[in-house]
Amino acid sequence: MTHSATSFKVDYYQFIGVDGHPVPGVKVPAVAQDFDRLKKLYELMVKTRIFDKKAIALQRTGKLGTYASCLGHEAAHVAIGAAMREEDCFAPMYREYGAQFYRGVEMRDVLMYWGGDERGNDFKKAKHDFAWCVPIATQCLHAAGAALAFKLKNQPRVAVSVVGDGGSSKGDFLEAINAASAYQLPLVLVIVNNQWAISVPRKSQNSAATLAQKGIAGGLSSIQVDGNDLVACLWAMDEAIEAARSGQGASVIEMITYRLSDHTTADDASRYRPDDEVDAAWEREPMIRLRQYLTHQGIWNESLEQALHETAQAEVQAAVDDYLAQVDTQPQPASAMFDYMFDSLPHDLAEQRAQAARFEDEGGQH
Amino acid sequence: MADITLIEGVTMALARAMSEDEDVVILGEDVGVNGGVFRATAGLQAKFGAERVLDTPLAEVMIAGMSVGMAAQGIKPVAEAQFCGFSMPMVDQIMCHAGRMRNRTRGRLSCPMVLRFPSGGGIHAPEHHSESPEALFAHMPGIRVVTPSSPARAYGLLLASIRDPDPVIFMEPKRIYRWQKEHVEDDGEELPLDVCYVLREGTDITLVSWGAMIKETLAVAEQLKERGIHAEVIDVATISPLDMDTIAESVAKTGRCVIIQEAPRHCGVASEIAAGLADAGIYSLLAPVKRVCGYDTVMPLYRSEMKYMPSTARIMAAVDNVLEVS
Repeated sequence: MTHSATSFKVDYYQFIGVDGHPVPGVKVPAVAQDFDRLKKLYELMVKTRIFDKKAIALQRTGKLGTYASCLGHEAAHVAIGAAMREEDCFAPMYREYGAQFYRGVEMRDVLMYWGGDERGNDFKKAKHDFAWCVPIATQCLHAAGAALAFKLKNQPRVAVSVVGDGGSSKGDFLEAINAASAYQLPLVLVIVNNQWAISVPRKSQNSAATLAQKGIAGGLSSIQVDGNDLVACLWAMDEAIEAARSGQGASVIEMITYRLSDHTTADDASRYRPDDEVDAAWEREPMIRLRQYLTHQGIWNESLEQALHETAQAEVQAAVDDYLAQVDTQPQPASAMFDYMFDSLPHDLAEQRAQAARFEDEGGQH
Repeated sequence: MADITLIEGVTMALARAMSEDEDVVILGEDVGVNGGVFRATAGLQAKFGAERVLDTPLAEVMIAGMSVGMAAQGIKPVAEAQFCGFSMPMVDQIMCHAGRMRNRTRGRLSCPMVLRFPSGGGIHAPEHHSESPEALFAHMPGIRVVTPSSPARAYGLLLASIRDPDPVIFMEPKRIYRWQKEHVEDDGEELPLDVCYVLREGTDITLVSWGAMIKETLAVAEQLKERGIHAEVIDVATISPLDMDTIAESVAKTGRCVIIQEAPRHCGVASEIAAGLADAGIYSLLAPVKRVCGYDTVMPLYRSEMKYMPSTARIMAAVDNVLEVS
């Protein structure tokens, strides 16, 4: 060896331990004492989990299509949403409901999308955010493009995207890192590493010690955090977004969590995943930990918990009722598939639109 | 041997091909331990080992690109794209490499690979899981495009595709994965990759289709029979190369033709067949050729998908239109 061309390390951050107490010997960031914020986010995590459970129940009873659960990801997702400003831009994958709810996407919208109705993508808030992105990791480049747009327009805005451990194997993700590094983009790429890409475990994606180091390879600041520790996720996101907004460039945050559910309702994880691994993951899940922390700090208690569950259940039920009323009593006509194809409908599509309407009236048998 | 479904025909062909040729290797996302999201590769990793049934990282470009490399160097990869929509990143590798490997190396290298993917709508799947991109691949020189519509043809055509010395896109109509069962002998007999199959003989009109739309096409033929009209039904099966001879021979007999496809109409395979008839069948045609297709729109989410796909009513309307011309 002539000399070492470079060396790197990936720092891991956990502030609140599994027992709900600050990790001994670790300097806890100020956000751990921002109880108003933490309380609000805990409430959103609970709502998100209740929503998730209800969505699965709807799918099981034939009222919703295939649904991708977010069970176990709540801290990671909520932190991503909470660190962003309204004018920032979010390019999600397809299960970051906690982040989206924070940004004003409605529960009803999520149900409409998985319920097979395009109107779910017509967000009333966060209107400039991208829609759900099923093709895997393609959204990372959209976020990089959005970040470049903000830079070109001199807007103090940040783009944020999420990818999974599986998605980090795609070129799109690596290309987004590379572009962010080349152009010094205001971008934050979050790898929500939930250990499983459908049936393929994290270790089968590659043998690197971390996924975060892919960011370092591209020249970005990159860290790992405990994705089940809301405080760590929130601190990391706040720092990364501030750095991006102030011109210090993009970063990668790998949030280590666990997919407690099946991949989607079309999957059966018991075919490929040992029960004891899932049981162990439940010991680390994010909700109980945060509740314990807030309880230890004297700002949460059983009666608040009960009241929260009641309001959350009511909110979720109202969204479900709204969704079912829309799709059952006001379904989209066949002609809706022609809406928004172009700014103005070309003549050949106008003919097809009329045909679709005609056959809808006559009833199409398959 | 019990009767089997179309997807069981796929599994049986895969197992057969792996048994008889140790160079056949399956790769894809979730194909190993999980046996594929539709169970097409169920049991194969246990039987043939993890080195021949490879769970890949989540990376479609990698799957297609490495298949090209493996195929050029003596392995016969049978790769799976989990759903048709996920084949799109693979287009670069298929168009720019697989389809031209033999040609540009003047036969020095070749690319005997199969890319399987479930295609089409109708199973209430999420976004990007329901498209019918056969025309896109059929437009690529050097690529065969095959789609079965029965368990027997799934078995025979997939075996032939794997044994074929050139790249094959094998599109599996997932809506009819478990529609019909039939007896299929696991005898290793392949079916030819360059012919259409006449599923039902008739004298009054020719109905041409492929993949899952065969279901509606046969239903329309049955309804026509009740009216005393005898439709000939042709399953194209191999979309590229296209067997125009069988279609033109049928139209020479019937004088009328309706082509039914699930994919969008514009520049679709139905249009290619219609153009073929304008050439080879023009003197036997008694009426205009009609195409009944998916609309030229984004494939809608599942609540509207059956409104998008040709219904028996839409097919019948076109048939009536063609029959009215005297």
